[in-house]
Amino acid sequence: MSSNGPLVETIHLKKYFPIKQGLLQREVARVHAVDDVTLQVFEGETVGLVGESGCGKSTLGRTIVRLLEPTEGDVQFEGHSIAKLGRRALQPLRREMQMVFQDPYASLNPRKRVGSIIDGPMKIHRTAGKKDRRKRVQELLEIVGLSPEHYNRFPHEFSGGQRQRIGVARALALRPKLIVADEPVSALDVSIQAQMINLLEELQNDFKLTYLFIAHDLGVVRHVSDRIAVMYLGKLVELSPAEELYTRPIMPYTEALLSAVPIPDPDLSEQRHRIVLEGDVPSPIYPPSGCRFHPRCRYATEICSQVEPPLADYGNGHLAACHHPLNVDAQTLQRVAVAPETPRAADETALPEDSSGDSTPVPSG
Amino acid sequence: MLTFIARRVIGMIFVLIAVSFLVFVIFIVVPGGDPATRIAGKNANDQLIENIRHTWGFDQPFYEQYWIMMKKTFSGELVSYTNQTNVAQEIKAGIPATFSLAIGAAMIWLFWGIVVGIVAAVNAGRSTDRLVTILALVGISMPVFWLGIIVRYYLAEGGLVTWFPDGEYVPFTTSPSQWFYHLILPWGVLAVLFIGFYGRVLRSNILDTINEDYVRTARAKGLNPRRVMLSHVLRNSLIPIVTLFGLDFAAVLGGGAILTETVFDLHGVGQYAAQSIGSFDLPPIMGVTLFGAFFIVLFNTIVDFVYAFLDPRIRPT
Amino acid sequence: MAEKLLEVDDLHVQFATEDGIVHAVDGVSFELERGKVLGIVGESGSGKSVTAMTLLGLTRGVNAQFEGRIEYKGEDLLTMSEAELRRFRGRELAMIFQDPMTSLNPVYKVGKQIGEAIRTHEDIDSRTTRNRVVQLLRQVGIPHPEERVDDYPHQFSGGMRQRAMIAMALANNPDVLIADEPTTALDVTIQAQIIELIGRLKDEFNSSVILITHDLGVVADVADDIAVMYAGRIVEYGTKRQLFYDPQHPYTWGLLGSIPRLDRPKPDRLASIPGSPPSLINLPQGCKFRPRCPHAFAKCIEHPPLENRVAGTPPHLDRCWLTVEEKRDLRDLTIHGEAAA
Repeated sequence: MSSNGPLVETIHLKKYFPIKQGLLQREVARVHAVDDVTLQVFEGETVGLVGESGCGKSTLGRTIVRLLEPTEGDVQFEGHSIAKLGRRALQPLRREMQMVFQDPYASLNPRKRVGSIIDGPMKIHRTAGKKDRRKRVQELLEIVGLSPEHYNRFPHEFSGGQRQRIGVARALALRPKLIVADEPVSALDVSIQAQMINLLEELQNDFKLTYLFIAHDLGVVRHVSDRIAVMYLGKLVELSPAEELYTRPIMPYTEALLSAVPIPDPDLSEQRHRIVLEGDVPSPIYPPSGCRFHPRCRYATEICSQVEPPLADYGNGHLAACHHPLNVDAQTLQRVAVAPETPRAADETALPEDSSGDSTPVPSG
Repeated sequence: MLTFIARRVIGMIFVLIAVSFLVFVIFIVVPGGDPATRIAGKNANDQLIENIRHTWGFDQPFYEQYWIMMKKTFSGELVSYTNQTNVAQEIKAGIPATFSLAIGAAMIWLFWGIVVGIVAAVNAGRSTDRLVTILALVGISMPVFWLGIIVRYYLAEGGLVTWFPDGEYVPFTTSPSQWFYHLILPWGVLAVLFIGFYGRVLRSNILDTINEDYVRTARAKGLNPRRVMLSHVLRNSLIPIVTLFGLDFAAVLGGGAILTETVFDLHGVGQYAAQSIGSFDLPPIMGVTLFGAFFIVLFNTIVDFVYAFLDPRIRPT
Repeated sequence: MAEKLLEVDDLHVQFATEDGIVHAVDGVSFELERGKVLGIVGESGSGKSVTAMTLLGLTRGVNAQFEGRIEYKGEDLLTMSEAELRRFRGRELAMIFQDPMTSLNPVYKVGKQIGEAIRTHEDIDSRTTRNRVVQLLRQVGIPHPEERVDDYPHQFSGGMRQRAMIAMALANNPDVLIADEPTTALDVTIQAQIIELIGRLKDEFNSSVILITHDLGVVADVADDIAVMYAGRIVEYGTKRQLFYDPQHPYTWGLLGSIPRLDRPKPDRLASIPGSPPSLINLPQGCKFRPRCPHAFAKCIEHPPLENRVAGTPPHLDRCWLTVEEKRDLRDLTIHGEAAA
């Protein structure tokens, strides 16, 4: 196990869902849920994955843990390719990667007692005998802040926030290295959200966990993440250290996304220059040509509709895919190199062609 | 649209082929006596049986027999083993009775099923609802053959009271009033089962729909309760009933009301089917089965089509 | 002094359930003036939705009991008969709900459903109705309204459906629009569009708005006055600025502290409120927030707190036993945790 390489990485990962029609069920179209995403997650860090509905973040999370089968591309865990492993070979790896789901009301089997739910993974993987398992379940209940005596209760006897804690306990049962949390706090009340976020951070410290934190709430994501990846219509459009995403968004979509987040401060809210995007998110079945964001982008020019911008490295681990990057000074723009994750982009010119030397378009507020 | 129809027609052909093949195989496999012997009659000797076997082609490999039978079916030449009557003609003779039974009963059960469903749902939880539900369960639980016989015994001529005729079918062309009179009991008995069932289903649908968000929106707009019920609740709750009705009606139309027809001696397609099964007579069985299958597939298609009409989210495929 | 449209006075709503009596709304009072936006903020179980639906009489039923007054232009909506109340629903008082995906009937065209709202209250022909519907769709920002009016709900996206719902609510030029969590189910960029639209309603339609949400960021944007609800009561009520810059109630502090802010440096730990919202059947004694309040003391369990009023229009109210000085000392600590020290 190397401590230099990423814990998990996706390499040109694609996940398409076919749309079938006709007597012979021919595939007439595809939903491009995840369309060529290369992403690395290093041990001990939290990578936040944000985007709006249809961007593919949930699909990406599920494909990484092989709840869904990749259509193309590879997923590697600790350097070993896992995309095509059979069930048997995958089994031991499943212990290392676990998931926490969004809906605390739907992700727990209502007919099983809580103890049995948390016990489930251990039973399947035969990690311990019955008595040891019971002890461990009680331990886990305590770790997540619930009373161990509630071992025999049913999910409906708990509140939403408590149920979510049970889901986390279940995910921790096998001592995984990676936890993919798919919108773990979206369905919770604000005051409970804060509890859950604090809990997740504590657990990360105590158990040396690595998180892929999928969410649509940018405030939450900023709080928990070390790095943040922004997705749009199946593509990774920006990847950045957390703070920098908020102070220096490069891709206009990120700028618009940040500007849309309501700020609980009336004066700031008033002063802020709000960018309100027009129209809806297009369908992932027929994504726009070139840069997928171009129909809604206020800076779009002709090249944006023709050529898909590659993910370029703007320094400090901040990558973005845009022909007219924001908040980038002239020097950086000149030396911008194509990120090693997208070798095919080496064929295209790294510099935007019609950037007339004017390096910083309208700065964001 | 054309592709939809084309696809369905092809589908229907496949279904009918499969059904006919299955019937044939079952008949071959199930021990039931040699048809040649039965055709030969009582005083047959081995030579006669052998001749019959040859004439009728029973000595040929079974796929040959199948092929010959299919040819005869579609040219209308299929003939019963027992009494050499033409199957197609027998079925044709039975159609008026079967259709009369089916259509009449269907109208009754659809109407009353809906009424029962609405009454139960609107009074949900109260005694009216419970009463109606119990009656519905009773209706579903009573076997048709039992109910039919009881009704005939007590309410028909020769029974306790003589309000109704004792079975038999009178063609409409002969006497409309007699036709009607003779069908009342069969209609009632057949409908009782379905009314109970449809009432329960509709009640459940209505109660679900009433809690839907769009019904709340309708109320918030200021619509009066009757309009909310008719335009929004019922319109949506009835959609699943359409599917059910299509298939149930198709079954009865295709001769599926075997017990009712037999109990009331209506001489329809269903009764013919019962007789043929009793005498283990392959040609009529084949004919009746294909007849029934045809209607089911046809109505299945019609229902799919109508469904797309009723629910714009569905496109006919 | 703006015209007072709606005045709610000591509203109580109870529901009889199998498990006991649910005290959903436990003495709520507020006012709405013409042209203003009132934000009602609270979490699950706070009673905000029940309050909103009760304004339109949508919570009436065999198991519901009401007390208090809801005065609209001089008439009491709470005691009005159902038939009379229907005259107001969808006309002078209109409501939109949280989930636009399910709030429209899937089997009817959108135009028809909006038209239904109009024709329920006005007797006009279908041609005129259609023109008005198209105009409404245009006003709420739906592109190509002449074509979209014949579409079915499933052909609209989430944001568009919510706009259509708003159009339906505005169809009869209501004085009061009640929006129950209108943006919760929407993506953040679409949310921004809808919030902007609601903000415009004041000017273009001269409507007053009651905006119910759990998101403090949303009310910071469009609301004029804000009421914070907890366990069926209003625990703080004041202007937007008062609430955000001079909050008086520990629950408000807790809410403000739990939000991860984009405009501030990241705290090590989010200031969270321990515990969960109480059961509305077995409410805690004394102050309802006491079990979760970090500053509770003896008095809190004995009596439910009375209102503290700071004069003004509207007055800044809160229900807490802490003195003003104590509040000032504790406030920053609660909201910002260690970062404030």
